[in-house]
Amino acid sequence: MPKPLPALIACPHCDALYRRPTLGPGERARCARCNAPLYRESIRLDPDHLLALVIAAAITLVIANVSPVVRLSAGGITHSASLIGSIGILWQEGRALTAMLAFATTIGFPVAELAAFTVLLVLIRRKPGSPLVAALLRGIQMVRPWGMTEVFMLGIVVALVKISHTAQVVPGVALFAFAALTILLTVIISYDLKALWALRPLPEADP
Amino acid sequence: MTLPTARAEGLILCETCGLVCDPGDRPDPHCPRCGAALHVRKVDSIKRTWALLIAAAILYVPANLLPVMVTYTLFNTSRDTIMSGIVYFWKSGSPDLAILIFAVSIFIPLAKILCMVLLLVAAQYGVDRGLRQRALMFRVIEFVGRWSMLDIFVITMTVGMVRFRSLATIDAGPGAAAFGAVVVLTMIAAHTFDPRLIWDRSEKKS
Ligand SMILES: [Zn+2]
Ligand SMILES: [Zn+2]
Repeated sequence: MPKPLPALIACPHCDALYRRPTLGPGERARCARCNAPLYRESIRLDPDHLLALVIAAAITLVIANVSPVVRLSAGGITHSASLIGSIGILWQEGRALTAMLAFATTIGFPVAELAAFTVLLVLIRRKPGSPLVAALLRGIQMVRPWGMTEVFMLGIVVALVKISHTAQVVPGVALFAFAALTILLTVIISYDLKALWALRPLPEADP
Repeated sequence: MTLPTARAEGLILCETCGLVCDPGDRPDPHCPRCGAALHVRKVDSIKRTWALLIAAAILYVPANLLPVMVTYTLFNTSRDTIMSGIVYFWKSGSPDLAILIFAVSIFIPLAKILCMVLLLVAAQYGVDRGLRQRALMFRVIEFVGRWSMLDIFVITMTVGMVRFRSLATIDAGPGAAAFGAVVVLTMIAAHTFDPRLIWDRSEKKS
């Protein structure tokens, strides 16, 4: 096994090596060479608070996906559309690639992240050293850049402005759920996963 | 100011969990905390990033030329490219949205591809000027790339929502898939590029 050196920290953007500074709550360390943020101390959120937020986000995500985003009416016809329904229509019309992309970034990856996060946060307090904890953390890190709820939120707003030129638009429950979800996910993502990695015990270095 | 680097000290930063490790002289070392393989630099970073960028640049052409949205009404069928969608917003009294969509759909993907090419070439030739500026450029590219997905979401929701059988239906066009692929490829390219390469050669010279 290579020897772990937790007292040191290296900048992932330029490889500069430092002794790990002790930070106060809310403080963040920046690299002196390239100015990239190195890590921050998020004291206000411990894993238990995070778990509550993750569960709230999961419930909000379900509401956001199944309930109607908008009700439209034009020429005496009214109908409502949900996110899942809209993706389904893309799929049926043979736009598989676009449908899959929209599904993955708005539903698939956020659901995967929240599910993995829930299991992880329960497990990490009891057995921080278990291989499942490492697998879950790695999975979350892989999936995280591809969840795009905040971009999707803006996308709905633009689509609604566009449609409002030709039809009457009444915002639905899901629109508010997506707004709440965007805020919840922003808080969850601001939590530095390196802090959870640091809860794992280090193996004894071999002689 | 010269700072010590992990590589110069014979240490490796674990990409996955952020632990600094001393691999000693073991071949193929793995991180003692998370089990990930340890590499001094991302494997084949320059080659892979070039391949992804070239693919993205090629797809950028159909993404802009092919229709992303097709509208069928009782009387006619109209095909919209990304650009004609922007022009529509501009003319229909939403110049702010026109500018927003132009920025995220046309300007950002193109600027991202050009900036990544610049970073690659500068890293390959070991240019040692503007290091901090290039480091900042990379962080901005990494942060901003995801917003290019905006148009895909606008298309998804417009297609899904506008279903007035007798009046109008909207379908996504082949340009949408090409555009989505451009966004995904440039995001992966930003991920495979190792920003430490910006600094590596300049270090050796001094
Ligand atoms: Zn740095
Ligand atoms: Zn590791």
